[in-house]
Order: sequence, then C-alpha cells, then structure tokens
Amino acid sequence: MAPIVSVSNLVKTYGSGFQALKGVSLDIAEGEILALLGPNGAGKTTLISIICGIVNPSSGTVLVNGHDVVKDFRATRSIIGLVPQELTTDQFETVWNTVSFSRGLHGKKANPAHIEKVLRDLSLWDKKDNMLRELSGGMKRRVLIAKALSHEPRILFLDEPTAGVDVNLRKDMWKVVQALREDGVTIILTTHYIEEAEEIADRVGVINGGEILLIEEKSALMKTLGRKQLRIELAEPVTALPPGLEPYQLKLEDGGGRLIYDYDASGGRTGITTLLAAVAESGLRIKDISTRQSTLEDIFVELVEKRA
Amino acid sequence: MNVEAVKAIYLFEMARTRRTLLQSVVSPVISTSLYFIVFGAAVGSRIQEIDGVSYGAFITPGLIMLTLLTQCIGNGSFGIYFPKFTGTIYEILSSPISMTEIVLGYVGAAATKGMLVGLIILATASLFVDLSIAHPFVMLVFFVLTAVTFSLFGFLIGIWAKDFEQLNLIPMLVIPPLVFLGGSFYSVSMLPPFWQAVSHANPVLYLISGFRWSFFEISEVSPLVSFGIIIGFLAVLMGVLVWIFRTGYRLRN
Ligand SMILES: Nc1ncnc2c1ncn2[C@@H]1O[C@H](COP(=O)(O)OP(=O)(O)OP(=O)(O)O)[C@@H](O)[C@H]1O
Ligand SMILES: [Mg+2]
Repeated sequence: MAPIVSVSNLVKTYGSGFQALKGVSLDIAEGEILALLGPNGAGKTTLISIICGIVNPSSGTVLVNGHDVVKDFRATRSIIGLVPQELTTDQFETVWNTVSFSRGLHGKKANPAHIEKVLRDLSLWDKKDNMLRELSGGMKRRVLIAKALSHEPRILFLDEPTAGVDVNLRKDMWKVVQALREDGVTIILTTHYIEEAEEIADRVGVINGGEILLIEEKSALMKTLGRKQLRIELAEPVTALPPGLEPYQLKLEDGGGRLIYDYDASGGRTGITTLLAAVAESGLRIKDISTRQSTLEDIFVELVEKRA
Repeated sequence: MNVEAVKAIYLFEMARTRRTLLQSVVSPVISTSLYFIVFGAAVGSRIQEIDGVSYGAFITPGLIMLTLLTQCIGNGSFGIYFPKFTGTIYEILSSPISMTEIVLGYVGAAATKGMLVGLIILATASLFVDLSIAHPFVMLVFFVLTAVTFSLFGFLIGIWAKDFEQLNLIPMLVIPPLVFLGGSFYSVSMLPPFWQAVSHANPVLYLISGFRWSFFEISEVSPLVSFGIIIGFLAVLMGVLVWIFRTGYRLRN
C-alpha cells in the first residue's frame, strides 16, 4: 500500500540561516501510530509544520495521500488535523465557536452533531459556552484537540500532546487516540517521554539535529537494539570478582551484593547458562535472579550519544 | 474555492465587532459629532460657504473619508495581526485555503465594518447639516473602492508588523496628517501657491476631492484623476500581495 505521508529529502533553512532539517526522508503508512522522539530543537515541530503547510520547505518534497503539500495544498490540508505544541487560543471566543470555526476553515459544512460528539469525547461538553480564557491549561489543550478533530481528519498530528498534562487527561487522550486508530486515522505524535512512545506507538522515529537517526517498528526496535540485563543478587557481598568470572565482563553493584550481566537477547547464545555455572563454581551463593529489558529510553540515549 | 472557509473567517471577524460594538460604533459617532461642533460651529461661523456649499456640508465627505481610512486600516491590520500575535494563525495556515480566500475573508470583513461606520457617520452628519448627494452611484463607487483598498492596505501592514508599535505606526502617525492636510476641512485653493503644490503630492487629497465631487460636484481635481489614483494604489497593493503569496513573507517563513 502506498504510504499516506511520504517525505523525501526535506531540507529547511530558516531565514536566520539555521538549517533545521538536513534532508529528512520518511514514509508513514495509513492507519499507523508513529511516535517521533527527539530532544529540544531536533526539528520535530519544523517537520510537522512543513507537512501541514505552516512553513515552506527549502527543498525536498512531501506527498500526503499522493498529493504534493505545496502545489496541491487543498487536497492535503483538508485531510490533516493538527494539535500544535504551543497553547494558542482565542481567549475571547467560546469553546463551541472556536471549534466550529475550525471546521469551517477546512471547508466543511456545519455539523453540530459531530462537534457535540468531539466535545463529549474530550469531556468538554459542559464547557462549550465558556470563553477560552476561563479554562485551565489542560482544558485548553483539549480544545486544541477538539479543533483538530472538528473536520474529521484522516491524519492527525499531535505535537507534544502531553506536555503539562495530568494523568487523567493523558488517559483520556490515549482513549481518544485508540478510538481514532480504530477508525483508521493515521496518528503522528512527537514526544520527549519515551514511555509514551513505548506505550502507544506502532513505529518509532528518532530525530536529532535535523536528521532521522532511525525509524523502526517498535517491537523490532526493541528486539534489535534491545539489550537485556541479568541481575544476580548474592547472599554475601564480595569485594572483588572471583577470577573465574572475568570473561563475562560483569559489573559489581550495591557494595558487591549484586552482579550485573549485559547480554544480547536476540543472539542465539546468551551465555547465561555458562555464567550461572561459573558463578556456582566460584563458590558464590545466589539469593535471587532477575532480568531487565532495556527500554526505549536506553536505546534513545545510546543513539544520541553515539552520534554526538 | 473554499466558500465555507471565507464565510468562517468573515463571520468570525464580524462577531468580534459585535463584541466591541461600543468601541467600534459609538466612539466614531461621538468624535464626528465633536468635529461638527468644533469645526462646524467655530470655523463655520467664519467661513460660511466654500464654492457655494455650506461649511458643515463641505466637511462631511472629508470626515467620512477620515473615518473610513482609519477604520479600514485599523480593522484590516488588526484582523490578521492578532492571530499572528496570539499564534492562532497556525490554524489559518494549515487549512485548505488559498491566500486569495484568506484576503477575501479578512479584507471583506474589515471593509464591511469600515463601511458600516462610514454610513453611521453619514447619518450622524445629516442630523447636523443638509446633505444632498448629486451622484449617489459615483459616491458608492468611491466609498466601496476606498474601503476595500485601505482594508487591503491594513492587511498588508498587519502582515508586515512585528509588534504593536509597527502596527499602529501608519494608521496613527501617517494617515491623520494626510487626511487633515488633504483638504478635509478647507479647500486647498484657499492656500498659498506653494502649499497648494505640496498638497497635490498628498494622495488622500485626491480621494477626498473625488468623494466630495460625488456629493456637490465641486472638486480640487477632476474626479477621473481621483478614480485613477485610487485604482493605481489598489494595483500597487495587489502587486505587493502577489509577492507575499509567492514568497510566504512573514507568514510561512
Ligand atoms: N522560525 C524560526 N526561525 C529560525 N529558527 C527556527 C525557527 N523555528 C525553529 N527554529 C530552529 O530550528 C530548530 C528546530 O526547531 P523545532 O521547533 O523544529 O524543534 P523541536 O524538535 O520541535 O523542539 P522541541 O522539542 O523543543 O519542541 C531549533 O534549533 C530552532 O531554534
Ligand atoms: Mg517542537
């Protein structure tokens, strides 16, 4: 199936001469949830802004549903919904008006029933006649989501949707995201929170310094880059490793009470069996054993550090 | 053509007027009444007539133009500057709307508001003086053309402005002197030759002159010249607009 969003060799140089994107290429499949991870200033917002038509690209092309975002902007923008990173709202408008306005901008006829559904899903219904300045930050964020959903987009961009958002709203938000996904909506979100990407994304892209470092299925990513750790708790702490354990490059932790063994879980031979035999042979008594899967966070830190 | 979007922007802008009704309607009425009292009564007692028209009636077209120009520039610039300032412009830019449609929505609303206030001024003026409009159709053409041209001018200022100071620079600092020195309250032919020549370099003189001609058939310059000047200005603004569309100047950069 042709990708719903196809970015190729995208470069953006801002007026100041700063190159925010250095030739980004990326395909997004219809219906998937893609998380873009990257530190501050990586270029996430710039990338989204170009796809949505807010910023002109310097070179390269972006196709959305087969249409060029610059030449054929009507076709592309009418199927995209965007929740921006910044909380920008018309302070003196009511929730209902501002959400209806967004629908009009996208060329759709008024549809009060749809707007009502969106507001109810986001627990905003009882606030519909309030002015935006009377709402809390979290509620304003919901309003921005409601605006983005007002015109029934097929692609939804969420630029750091959970910044400054409490646990409840986050849960609500993921519920909405899941429902959208079941309707076949493609969702692209940016985040700094790795747990978030791990929790809901199908694929994860890592972007830094205007370049995509990696983009992969989340599960494959975890598998290929996923290191595991074996932790052995000792009954009696040791001051130094017994000679027989040297080949395993163990780390001593917890004042000598714990041995840490890093291994590659995807490899055929993990070395655990021989390690455990060697531990027993050296006369150490094992109190407990646990393993730990490395998280996206570890992977991310590793990737960014490797490039630096 | 995304009609729904043009409608949405237009109605959104008009709704803002409704919220600030007092400021947008009552204040021009009060200031016009003051002009009539101050200029009409004080100056009018010394200058009874200009070219056979009573002084109070003579100043009416100039007053309407003053209001129309300041209102249209103010509305046009604020309408687009405000979303830029608050950041809500993201939504306009990411919607399936062409620049032409954005201009139609914002400039249309700004011109409508300006014309509403202009008509209110006309009605207020008719309470103070006897008015007759010799060429209502020509009057309407000048009225609408001026409103549209200066709303567009305001729109461009709103795109260009980086802060409130720049936003207000032209409407506050440039327009009032041009209007006052453009023969709103006197006939330029009353001035010494040197100042007459200087006045003729003022584009607003041509606007007021043409507009006044449609009321009383008196003018400083031929109404056709006036018409040509305003069409010329509109053409220049359109040129700038096309350049902005092409480059994304201060909007998409
Ligand atoms: N309008 C602009 N003019 C000049 N430089 C800009 C502009 N917008 C962004 N930049 C620069 O481009 C780079 C990428 O910015 P961008 O906002 O895309 O980052 P980001 O990944 O979204 O960061 P964050 O996580 O902080 O939101 C930054 O170095 C930023 O300073
Ligand atoms: Mg960002």
